[in-house]
Amino acid sequence: MNILIKNGHIVDPSQNIDGIGDVLIEKGKIKEISIKGSKAQRVKGSDTLTLGRSDTREIDASGLYVLPGLIDMHTHLREPGYEYKETIKTGTMAAVKGGFTTVCSMPNTNPVNDNSSVTDFIIRKAIQEGACTVYPIGALTKGQKGEELAEIGIMFSEGCVAFSDDGMPVMSSLIMRRALEYTKAFNVPIISHCEDINLSEGGVMNEGLLSLTLGLKGIPSEAEEIIISRDIALAKLTGGKLHIAHISTEGSVRIIRDAKERGINVTAETCPHYFSITEKNVGGYNTNAKVNPPLRTQKDVDAIKQGLKDGAIDVIATDHAPHHKDEKLREFDHAPSGISGLETAISLSLNLVHEGVLTIQQLVGKMAMNPAKILGLNKGTLTAGADADIVIVDINKEFKVDVERFVSKGKNTPFDGRVLKGMPVMTVCKGKIYE
Amino acid sequence: MKLSSKDLLGIKELTKDEIILILNTASGFKDVLKRDIKKVPALRGKTAVNLFFEPSTRTRTSFELAEKRLSLDVLNLSVTTSSVVKGESLIDTALNVQALGSDFMVIRHSSSGAPHLISRHINASVINGGDGINEHPTQALLDAFTIKEKTGRIEGLKVAIVGDILHSRVAKSNIYLLTKFGAEVRLIGPPTLVPRELEKLGVRVFHDMDSGLDGVNVVMVLRIQMERQGRGFFPSTLEYSKNWGLTSERFFKADMDAIVMHPGPMNRGLEVASDVADGPRSVILEQVTNGLAVRMAVMYLLAGERE
Repeated sequence: MNILIKNGHIVDPSQNIDGIGDVLIEKGKIKEISIKGSKAQRVKGSDTLTLGRSDTREIDASGLYVLPGLIDMHTHLREPGYEYKETIKTGTMAAVKGGFTTVCSMPNTNPVNDNSSVTDFIIRKAIQEGACTVYPIGALTKGQKGEELAEIGIMFSEGCVAFSDDGMPVMSSLIMRRALEYTKAFNVPIISHCEDINLSEGGVMNEGLLSLTLGLKGIPSEAEEIIISRDIALAKLTGGKLHIAHISTEGSVRIIRDAKERGINVTAETCPHYFSITEKNVGGYNTNAKVNPPLRTQKDVDAIKQGLKDGAIDVIATDHAPHHKDEKLREFDHAPSGISGLETAISLSLNLVHEGVLTIQQLVGKMAMNPAKILGLNKGTLTAGADADIVIVDINKEFKVDVERFVSKGKNTPFDGRVLKGMPVMTVCKGKIYE
Repeated sequence: MKLSSKDLLGIKELTKDEIILILNTASGFKDVLKRDIKKVPALRGKTAVNLFFEPSTRTRTSFELAEKRLSLDVLNLSVTTSSVVKGESLIDTALNVQALGSDFMVIRHSSSGAPHLISRHINASVINGGDGINEHPTQALLDAFTIKEKTGRIEGLKVAIVGDILHSRVAKSNIYLLTKFGAEVRLIGPPTLVPRELEKLGVRVFHDMDSGLDGVNVVMVLRIQMERQGRGFFPSTLEYSKNWGLTSERFFKADMDAIVMHPGPMNRGLEVASDVADGPRSVILEQVTNGLAVRMAVMYLLAGERE
């Protein structure tokens, strides 16, 4: 089936497109885009596209934004091993509901994705059952133990797009150095979960007056900043490709901005919860606000927004970390960290557009174009010939977050009950429509 | 006047008036405890369960006796050795205890917020018997009762709390209570155990014992937890003791009429010297007696709130 999306406001920073127009999809690929009015922005063909054949579905996107499908470079799909939390099927269904057409699955499954047979399993399962494209991220070290490099080259040729010991920070500077050096052979990024686990030991929330008055052990911002500084130094030493995961502090933004000014090969992501809410959400021992790194303060939220605005932060990723309800219904100390994020990410991020922090072009950059660029994917663009990965968004539609309506198995979110503005109304993955 | 909540989760959650109500009620029960027959029928037919997820002798014994004095039926459960080992969740354990028909649940747990979690899932009155490093509200109430009894007031007093403030739920509850009543609170101890951040709560932090103790009316000494040794908070108990142990020489810095308190159990010769602990200004054993009266008052008032 061919699809014609008409009269939508098309934004594609990869081609510098921003205007009302039509998109024609044929055989799961972008066939043609036409922008009305401005000749400069007209990409191809006439002012409007018309239906060629009768098996074409026409979609009226008047008043809506038509964007490249979003790419989440930090997703926990939990399969294999933790299917009670999430599966490749439910996780990718949550993704398309949230406007994502590509997700990158973190390797902390059981078994860990530290060898090509697990990589192969994930890719096959995703082809069979996945609603969208899944690219696995391989473990950096065997068993994510931080001791010996995993078979990075083999997993890379099998389809892993990045390597990370997410959740289990590599504490040995020597191993991190080797990893950054070795991966240069494949020009593949290392995604670093930056946390000095000696400094953060036992911590369950941000360190400060609130952690003292709740009687919860704190994690200082410095636990994140120390390892970011270390990894940036090692990136400078090795020339390796470093991507910093889920940054949460003012200091982290400053360190990364400074490194970029010095020309070091580093990119960085943050997550919607780090620019939307603060540690105050932990009050009352709310385990759904327990996440690692922890929610910080307003000062940090403001700095993260500034970092997104000025380009210090390249990517908004979800760190979608679904957990079973029973696991979160525990003592705060013992509940697992993580927020189920795929179904609220675009709405929380659109809030930055409503607040004037980002333009919609910049937002598409952070959520589609830049992740594709960092991971070396031919995605995140509406260029003719690219996969027809598209999200149609109503940026003004308000809705109330209701976890009972989450497609993800993970109902763990601190945003339940919040009214958010802006949501995807349709997602197209390689020409397949989800609405 | 009644308490506004079915639970006693912390001093943070209480108003000054509620605290005064508890202290006044405790005063009545203290008179009862002086009688020949110490038992009252106030809560006959009701059941209290002491659900202890952490080892405790003194707090559990005090609660148990307070419950018996009120004619409650009492059940003690030490959960560290039973269900939790079998993997039962905290909420399930509490629901099972409630199904036995308990009206009060006294919870002690090593995780901060555990009583709060339980209270959201059961109807019985939850009393926090100490949670993690958060609060130990009945200890602060009995301390306040003792201070008031000995000095006649709390407002305007200079109270020094000495020791491991960071990990002390007793200290936290006392800070909240004493500042609500307008006492001048001083925290004394090594910087690793007394974070400056706490000054935002309206208290003063001292790392030097002599200047901290200068002119205070009350010295509360905290137990040095042996398990903190070797974790980098201080090099040795000997060094701790030399710097922050309350000796009779140091005690001279305090007001002439100052009293000495300790929540127990004491490490004699470490955080407090025996001649101070056993001296004329020590009220340590009276704290234990007052604990009974205060815990009776808390349960009596919580039961009233529910009727």
